[in-house]
Amino acid sequence: MAYQFDFAPVIDHADLLLAGAGFTLALTAVGAVFGIGLGTAGAICRAWKLRPFDRLFGVYVEAIRNTPFLVQLFFIFFGLPALGVRMGEWQAAVLAMVINLGAYSTEIIRAGIEATPRGQIEAAQSLALTRRQIFRHVVLRPALAKVWPALTSQVIIVMLGSAVCSQIATEELTFAANFIQSRNFRAFETYFLTTALYFAMALLIRQLLMQLGRHVIVGRAR
Amino acid sequence: MLVQFTTWDIVRNLLDAAKWTLALSLIAFVLGGLVGLAILFARISKHRALQAATKAYIEVFQGTPLLMQLFIVFFGLSLAGIDVSPWLAAAAGLTLFTSAYLAEIWRGCVDAVPKGQWEASATLALSYTQQMRHVILPQALRIAIAPTVGFSVQVVKGTAVTSIIGFTELTKTGSMLANATFEPFVVFGLVAAGYFALCYPLSLYAKRLERKFHVAR
Amino acid sequence: MSLVKIAGLHKHFGANHVLKGIDLDVARGDVVALIGRSGSGKSTLLRTINGLESIDKGELVVDGTALHDGRGDLRALRQKVGMVFQQFNLFPHLTAGQNVMLAPTVVKGTPKPEACDIAKEMLLKVGLSDKFDSYPDQLSGGQQQRVAIARALAMQPKVLLCDEITSALDPELVSEVLAVVRQLATEGMTLIMVTHEMRFAREVGNKLIFMHHGRIHESGDPKTVFADPQTPELANFVGAVQAA
Ligand SMILES: Nc1ncnc2c1ncn2[C@@H]1O[C@H](COP(=O)(O)OP(=O)(O)OP(=O)(O)O)[C@@H](O)[C@H]1O
Ligand SMILES: [Mg+2]
Repeated sequence: MAYQFDFAPVIDHADLLLAGAGFTLALTAVGAVFGIGLGTAGAICRAWKLRPFDRLFGVYVEAIRNTPFLVQLFFIFFGLPALGVRMGEWQAAVLAMVINLGAYSTEIIRAGIEATPRGQIEAAQSLALTRRQIFRHVVLRPALAKVWPALTSQVIIVMLGSAVCSQIATEELTFAANFIQSRNFRAFETYFLTTALYFAMALLIRQLLMQLGRHVIVGRAR
Repeated sequence: MLVQFTTWDIVRNLLDAAKWTLALSLIAFVLGGLVGLAILFARISKHRALQAATKAYIEVFQGTPLLMQLFIVFFGLSLAGIDVSPWLAAAAGLTLFTSAYLAEIWRGCVDAVPKGQWEASATLALSYTQQMRHVILPQALRIAIAPTVGFSVQVVKGTAVTSIIGFTELTKTGSMLANATFEPFVVFGLVAAGYFALCYPLSLYAKRLERKFHVAR
Repeated sequence: MSLVKIAGLHKHFGANHVLKGIDLDVARGDVVALIGRSGSGKSTLLRTINGLESIDKGELVVDGTALHDGRGDLRALRQKVGMVFQQFNLFPHLTAGQNVMLAPTVVKGTPKPEACDIAKEMLLKVGLSDKFDSYPDQLSGGQQQRVAIARALAMQPKVLLCDEITSALDPELVSEVLAVVRQLATEGMTLIMVTHEMRFAREVGNKLIFMHHGRIHESGDPKTVFADPQTPELANFVGAVQAA
């Protein structure tokens, strides 16, 4: 007998799914703000070769980019308590997301900073701006504008990656899906709809961030 | 049962598990590369429907979590009446994931070949297939090597997610050891070191290739 | 008393001795034209005057602000020396008006409304009062260069340095930029410009400097120097330029 698809038992739990999706978006929002902030700091240290922070950020970037997010999450949630650093599920999830995004955005933003044409900096120097003023007014904003699409993609990757936070019982979207399928025994249908929801969220985040980039970072509609 | 684990026991078990991580990575990368090549050709073909279908394929895999892809493959295959082991689901899921990303990376490389190359080869009366075979692909291949090696790091890291559907590789073994030894800090530190040992050389190699390529241009 | 005084200035790039002892006096209101072959050190000399290139040895004084062997208050120097570049170097993320306002607000702490008035005045001066809200990529090369001049003028520099400011422009746009420079000269602005526009140098300049291999090889009143070069190198150079 052919399998009968039935999505109704999933739709019944739509409230749980939406709550989970909302929580995933909230985690992502906090992760994005602090992750990009951390990445900006890292990029400054790397681009300006501020000893010893440039080295530290270099090690940090390589360590994070060459290990899986899931292992980073487990290390934070299960490993750190051994050092007396104990935290809740969502705190651990956010921390892992910030640390992960921070590493990638350090490299992304650094590339943007280093792509600043020399003439821009010389023009600002000749106007007697200080190093700090040049960075703030002449380097950073065009650099962020240039790499904003790459940062947007990275935020989406982190959002999608946060699905594994269900493994430490962070009550995000995948956690909700796991719960629902354990109740209705409709695993395929549940994960199918959940996947669709993630896809819609990825589109939404891309739209939002591109709008934001257009209006806040670039400062005008091109 | 109460077993005393020495650090060496932990390391030995993890090394053993790392073999499975490595095996899965290789399989996913090779099979994903083959499927990705097929997707690539469909994506850059002149056939509208094929273009649209493969574009959607790529967008779906890049716009959804790897974990969901694994779940859907796992439960989808069992609905289809196939008796799925975690090993099969992991290999199949990761292969599809890899194929979508590689196809998109390679498409970018084909696009990066200057328009003039198409026009020049067209004026020589080469057919589309001949243009591809003799002019475009050889150049695209050169551009593609560095990002392809770079993506292999994502594949290795992606294998960690298969632990969630029950495939016993490095991360899964780490979780079990952490529970058994009550030393999660040490165990997950070692697990991370294991992934780093696999990935970092690939990252370095990709970076070196990229530099070499930029100099060569 | 001279406004810009340079004495015994040396500059190396690695083993390359680019400026080999430059002595130069520029009085208030002087319009100095720097000419010479490619690689003779014109740009380097200009860039040392506002500290874009460091000085290895020698003295530089601009309106009382001094660098001895390259040491001194760079930012004080730069507030007195404006510069316009060959490639304009406008800030692409700021409008023409914002480009002009940036340094007065950030460096001098001028309040925004006042800086805005200054910017409008400067843009008016270069004939672009209607382009205040345009972004650089919406302007022609000649317009961009005039904004760059306005941007430098807004800091009320004592001397303005111009490094081949028409070289990157299409021929038909050169004259609108030169007209602005000519206007500045008649208003008494002190100018030091590297230029390949020999006619312009002769008409507007009151001092010509010919650089050769990192030295000032010949200098004087442009009209007499052009008419009667004292060295074969300058004669050659003038001949080559006129033939071109
Ligand atoms: N940043 C630098 N690093 C190393 N060498 C440099 C640098 N800038 C200039 N030079 C060298 O210094 C010498 C003088 O260069 P400069 O740019 O001052 O010449 P110029 O007279 O302005 O020539 P042009 O007419 O081509 O602009 C040249 O040999 C040049 O190669
Ligand atoms: Mg020059």
